[in-house]
Amino acid sequence: MAMALLPLLSHAQQFDGEFIKPRNGKFLLQNATVVTVTKGNISNGSVLIVNGKIEAVGNDIPAGDAEVIDCTGQFIYPGLFDGGGKLGLVEVNSVPETQDFSEIGNVTPNMQALVAINPNSEAIPVTRVSGVTTTLANPAGGIFPGTAALINLNGYTPDQMFAGFKGIILNFPTSARRSTWDRRSDEEVKKDAEKAEKDLNDIWGRAVKYQELKAAGGDLQFYPEMEQLSKAVTGELPLLVEVNAASDIEVAIKWIKEKGVKAILTGVAEGWRVADKIAASGLPVITGPVLSIPTRQSDRYDAAYTNPGKMAKAGVKVVIRSNDTENTRNLPFNAGFAAAYGMGKEEALKAVTINAAEVFGIADRRGSIEAGKDATLFVASGDPFETRTQVSHVFIDGYRVPMSNRHIKLYQEFLERSPGLEK
Amino acid sequence: MKKLNYIIAAFLVMVWMPSKGQTQKGSVLIKNATVITITQGDLEDTDVLVENGIIKKIGKGLTANNVATIDAKGKYVMPGIIDAHSHVALDAVNEATAPITSEVQMADVVDPYDIGIYRALAGGVTISHAMHGSANAIGGQNITLKHRYGTFNPEDLYMKEAPRTIKFALGENPTRVHGRGKNIQPRTRMGVEAIIRNGFNEALQYKKGWENYQNESKQKGATPIPPKYDGRLQTLVDILDGKVIIHCHSYRADEIYALINTCRDFGITNIVFSHVNEGFKVAPELAEYTMGASVFADWWAYKFEVYYSTAYNAAILTQNGVITSINSDSGELIRHLYHEAAKTQRYGQLSDQQALELITINPAKQLGIADKVGSIEEGKQGDLVIFNDHPLSVYAIPQMTFVDGVKYFDIEEDQNDMRISVSAMETVEPIFLKEHDHSCMHGVDFFFTNFGRNLFEHSH
Repeated sequence: MAMALLPLLSHAQQFDGEFIKPRNGKFLLQNATVVTVTKGNISNGSVLIVNGKIEAVGNDIPAGDAEVIDCTGQFIYPGLFDGGGKLGLVEVNSVPETQDFSEIGNVTPNMQALVAINPNSEAIPVTRVSGVTTTLANPAGGIFPGTAALINLNGYTPDQMFAGFKGIILNFPTSARRSTWDRRSDEEVKKDAEKAEKDLNDIWGRAVKYQELKAAGGDLQFYPEMEQLSKAVTGELPLLVEVNAASDIEVAIKWIKEKGVKAILTGVAEGWRVADKIAASGLPVITGPVLSIPTRQSDRYDAAYTNPGKMAKAGVKVVIRSNDTENTRNLPFNAGFAAAYGMGKEEALKAVTINAAEVFGIADRRGSIEAGKDATLFVASGDPFETRTQVSHVFIDGYRVPMSNRHIKLYQEFLERSPGLEK
Repeated sequence: MKKLNYIIAAFLVMVWMPSKGQTQKGSVLIKNATVITITQGDLEDTDVLVENGIIKKIGKGLTANNVATIDAKGKYVMPGIIDAHSHVALDAVNEATAPITSEVQMADVVDPYDIGIYRALAGGVTISHAMHGSANAIGGQNITLKHRYGTFNPEDLYMKEAPRTIKFALGENPTRVHGRGKNIQPRTRMGVEAIIRNGFNEALQYKKGWENYQNESKQKGATPIPPKYDGRLQTLVDILDGKVIIHCHSYRADEIYALINTCRDFGITNIVFSHVNEGFKVAPELAEYTMGASVFADWWAYKFEVYYSTAYNAAILTQNGVITSINSDSGELIRHLYHEAAKTQRYGQLSDQQALELITINPAKQLGIADKVGSIEEGKQGDLVIFNDHPLSVYAIPQMTFVDGVKYFDIEEDQNDMRISVSAMETVEPIFLKEHDHSCMHGVDFFFTNFGRNLFEHSH
């Protein structure tokens, strides 16, 4: 049977349409306004991409043997970062078989988001055509739910996608209610928070002890959770400390200083209430979603919109996140709202480019358009936060990715359906 | 301080009982704005005069005595935004006890204290369609609300001129709640179709019973016994008689097509499909046989039945001639429907006019109120929003919102804390990391527990 099929397979099969793959090579993007983020705008500018890197940025760069892409009237931006969400870790939100972000157990820092990233998730091409090229995939669940990983939205294996940052998530004990469905009394909330803090200190104490014994050359029992957590003790990996209520933020800052760990605050919904204290701590913040409801009914209606701007004005280094999965493509609009409500366009653009690259420790090769950096960038008809803007080209690590996805294919198929109404 | 306000407010209500049925009407003259009329183009440097809640005049150089005048030079005025699918200002959402609960009325559970009303006003939304949830194939009757925030009387929020509407629901939600949750029909899309079809047939029989009784009553000396009144069936009769507009929660093309066929069989044309993520696949049918589709701008993949959807849905529907609106179904999204409408420019490049119709005149048509609201025209109700920038820009911020000529939101003057009631039990104000109110499956979470996971996050 198999033998009989062989001659058939040896012929090229006939399919309709051509599948467009991501491809790399030499590209020269010409005649654009290059928004470098770190070194101003270059009008009539060009960007030369060679071997996955930005070879040159400026005016009048000779094309040589590069493929020329005319970008007259267009703008070139560095690829946008989403500071956190679950893209790649879940396919259909309500189908548990497709949810790979939450493990069983309260202390599971050794669970690696990168392992569970699905490079072929439908949501990845849906996201990257917006100019969002790089996202932080966050595990969720217990107090130490796992290790987050920064990924680029192109590649066929998690390792090809890995963008060079990992952090251990700590869901900091909270005195807030999890949601409006949380019906615990004030005392219960307080008691639970106190117990969670005690638990946290016990766990941390164990990690410190584990690290001490390890450093002293001790013969340690198999303990994968502490093995991973000890990397936060030494500072090899930072802690991503998820904390939102104002009083919790203050406690978290104190805890981080006490333990002397490297940390990034995430969530930080009520950051505006304690912005000066966050600024004084020097800790960077990943905040969002900006498009969300205030945490308190008495808050001004735009408390979440103005939060990033207020923190930035106080001197906090702010990165914005969508905290989304399939609609991570809304990250630019989160930044747009932050810009409109006090942050300003320039600072908001930094919050999703160079600030993110700095916070993730990869600013030497990402976050701006500069010669020598990774060629992760996109071409748009205008301001990428503006809703009507069209993105025309996206490059990730020098790969020109196809400007298509399921949403676009359905549009192409159904805009003028045939047959229409009649049979 | 807040409590003192509350006590004072309560006292004021006691001494000044507003006369029942009379909601506040206001007058205002907005000058020198770019007026986006929706139905008559954009008018530069134009004035709008509202008197006693009604748009009296649109033109240049208008004057009026004893009317508050607002200089809106460089600003944009558009009609109050209308949300055709919302659960804001509702105390309860689902009566998930039977596959048909058409006797239930959302008007009975309107909560005028909901801060969500104010937050919606701050997003320029003046009218919302407060809907029953999606647990039942035929749910309860909805209520169209005008956002007259500040009243303590739920009835003041009713838009009394609006026709009756009712919620239907297809697909995963009714089959999960009833079929899988309670082991009764419907468990499949076959069952949902049959439940609705059977309901209409039973209603026809019920109607005939009453007609027979009325005919017999006319006979001399006859003393017929009237049939037993049934609010559930009577509502279905009212649907068949064209007195109630169906707003149907739906996602997949097959279930949409099936209900279109059922409606055609029963001569029903007053039907709007809501969410309708796969509406784009049956756009020609929706255009021909229905009052259109009310969709999300870009939501997808939060459950399986929306996995094959596209953010180009609204654009495809619009280009196929379907009356299309963008709704929120969310206490968060309702605050930026102007931005949601703008997404049809990213996904499908609709014109400004087409995009703004999605949140004004089109939802007004779907709620049967397009003769009163949804555009800036003389004679229509004075529901207006002033923006500092073009409302389709991501940088646009609503500045003032008027309902019936009364200003309910002003970015410059409003207090930070806009609650009109504070629980006396509350010693420390709760902080919520997430707000789960105002969604389609509110109140039926207990049916989800045996699926071993939390579905609160994607309950639409």
